[in-house]
Amino acid sequence: MYHYDSFDAAFVAARVEQFRDQVARRLAGELTEEQFRPHRLMNGLYLQLHSYMLRVAVPYGTLNSTQMRKLAEIARRYDRGYGHFTTRQNIQYNWPALKDTPDILAELASVEMHAIQTSGNCIRNVTADHYAGVAHDEIADPRPYAEILRQWSSLHPEFSFLPRKFKVAVNGAAHDRAVIQAHDIGLQVVRNDAGEIGFSVYVGGGLGRTPMIGRKVRDFLPERDLLGYVEAILRVYNMEGRRDNKFKARIKILVHEKGVEALREEIEAEFAARDPRTLGLPAQEVQRIRAFFALPELEPKKPVSDRVERRKGKDGRFASFFASNVVAHKAPGYVVVTVSLKVIGAPPGDASADQMDAVADLAEDYSHDEVRVSHEQNLILPHVALDDLPAVYDRLASVALSTPNAGGISDIIACPGLDYCALATARSIPIAQRIAQRFGDGPRARSIGPLKIKISGCINACGHHHVGHIGILGLERAGEETYQITLGGSADEQAAIGQMVGPGFSSENVVEAIETIVDTYLGLRRDEAETFLDAFRRVGIAPFKEALYERSAGSDI
Amino acid sequence: MPDVITSNRLADGVVVFQGADGAWTEDFKSAAVLADAQATADALSRAKRDEANNLVVDAYAVPVEERNGHFAPKALREAIRAAGPTIRRDLGKQALGQAPYSGPKPASEAEHVSL
Repeated sequence: MYHYDSFDAAFVAARVEQFRDQVARRLAGELTEEQFRPHRLMNGLYLQLHSYMLRVAVPYGTLNSTQMRKLAEIARRYDRGYGHFTTRQNIQYNWPALKDTPDILAELASVEMHAIQTSGNCIRNVTADHYAGVAHDEIADPRPYAEILRQWSSLHPEFSFLPRKFKVAVNGAAHDRAVIQAHDIGLQVVRNDAGEIGFSVYVGGGLGRTPMIGRKVRDFLPERDLLGYVEAILRVYNMEGRRDNKFKARIKILVHEKGVEALREEIEAEFAARDPRTLGLPAQEVQRIRAFFALPELEPKKPVSDRVERRKGKDGRFASFFASNVVAHKAPGYVVVTVSLKVIGAPPGDASADQMDAVADLAEDYSHDEVRVSHEQNLILPHVALDDLPAVYDRLASVALSTPNAGGISDIIACPGLDYCALATARSIPIAQRIAQRFGDGPRARSIGPLKIKISGCINACGHHHVGHIGILGLERAGEETYQITLGGSADEQAAIGQMVGPGFSSENVVEAIETIVDTYLGLRRDEAETFLDAFRRVGIAPFKEALYERSAGSDI
Repeated sequence: MPDVITSNRLADGVVVFQGADGAWTEDFKSAAVLADAQATADALSRAKRDEANNLVVDAYAVPVEERNGHFAPKALREAIRAAGPTIRRDLGKQALGQAPYSGPKPASEAEHVSL
């Protein structure tokens, strides 16, 4: 993984000291809250419902064991013993004190981490596929490009005060695991006929109150033009993005209002007008950065492990875990293990300090010191030898992290919602907990198969509900929480915004409604191989509407 | 509708309420309940002075109502803020005995029997 050079280290250390001074001046009364707020937000510090909240960047979701242990230590020493992994591959602490945050940032800097670009109208922390570098279907590892974008965008003077926040995601495989079409810029690594690496470029995706799927503006952008072209997009956006209305300030609105063709022409004109000598991406620099992300030396292994097969035969729970949480690594005899942070009945994405330490130990002992954070709020051990899987599983089980539900109905994305968030209009975590408890991680959940439920507690859609196979949006009506359901959304290369099924449901009845939807799917699917999304695409929304509003008691709103 | 005045303490972010003596308290049950709009306006202007003096941030009035003989925030958001996360009873004011007597609904269906 990437390691700071002397410039990175000095820059992050200077930033910590700068913030220490700003906090001291705020506490001494030399800065008003109005003056201080932009400074704290630029360092990831929000004021939330109960307390301050610190959002720490995990660039493209990659951590080593030292960093994970530091996150655990911060949770213990400065917070309440846990952290929350987010859909942006970040971690949030819910209870830090302002006076402690300079020390927390210094602790983070000591392990090459920070909280820059996790807030404000800048280019946010760049995200990537959590199977980067290990996926079978990978064209090229997206992380070197994400790291190059990070270096280029950090405190970029021209792009630090954009009309609104700006999110970039990079995906390196044929299958999109980074939701690139729901980002302001989505970059899909591709190869041209000559075998050269480049990018398909999507612009103007986003969720929130106006959900839109990104539009492709380039089929093939050569690697050397990555920064030049991204700069051209940002220049057009910076000039023309609407600063008059916060709710219309994202680039997706610009795409919508101008039309993608007109915007593409402007981007291309801006790109053509630049001096090509100024911002080409030198191949040797790409090589230098790529070397940081080289696959570790993995000793060749047999693709089938007797130890694993024996354990599967006698331990059904392990067999379930193997079926749902383990995928093949590109190196034979190795696997990629998803550590589900969706323990049945627990808040999605939360991990205790002890659990973080346990995952750090496993990464060190069994995964070449690497951990990933997925946008689905799980952790990944990317390089586990198949023979080691039973030992890894047992140690995960000892800290309640062996839930066999990755990709299934109880592997639910949920934003913090009204339990923590100052913007939320309804709770989302309790809904996720109740759905998970209803369906569990046993035979019933397995028979339902792949199904992505995503829950947001307000229209800002941090829980990605628009692109959930089943999406749930919590709102407030006349003082009561109410939940709207959408169906048929998708976050992959066939990205789609879900369709609203009808009037919303009360907190009391929303789980029942989900059960009706699932039962309807089970009743109409052709066979077990037809997933919920496939079936929905075949039959449309009508049978689900009918089941929810005509055959059953219907909505109670 | 009666109000209480709330804010977050600057140095550590802890949710606080204005007491009868104008001092800030962590315990909702010690908050001064302001009977009318004039009392709320006066208390809020005192709170704004404390903001200017860098003791607290984001002071505002929270409508409260009487339930079972005790005052509690009317809105769910404020009820959660005054008690703590409904999904972690070990965190926030509820864990310290500082929550309103009547807290937010748990939103769980512990009593519901799963099939």
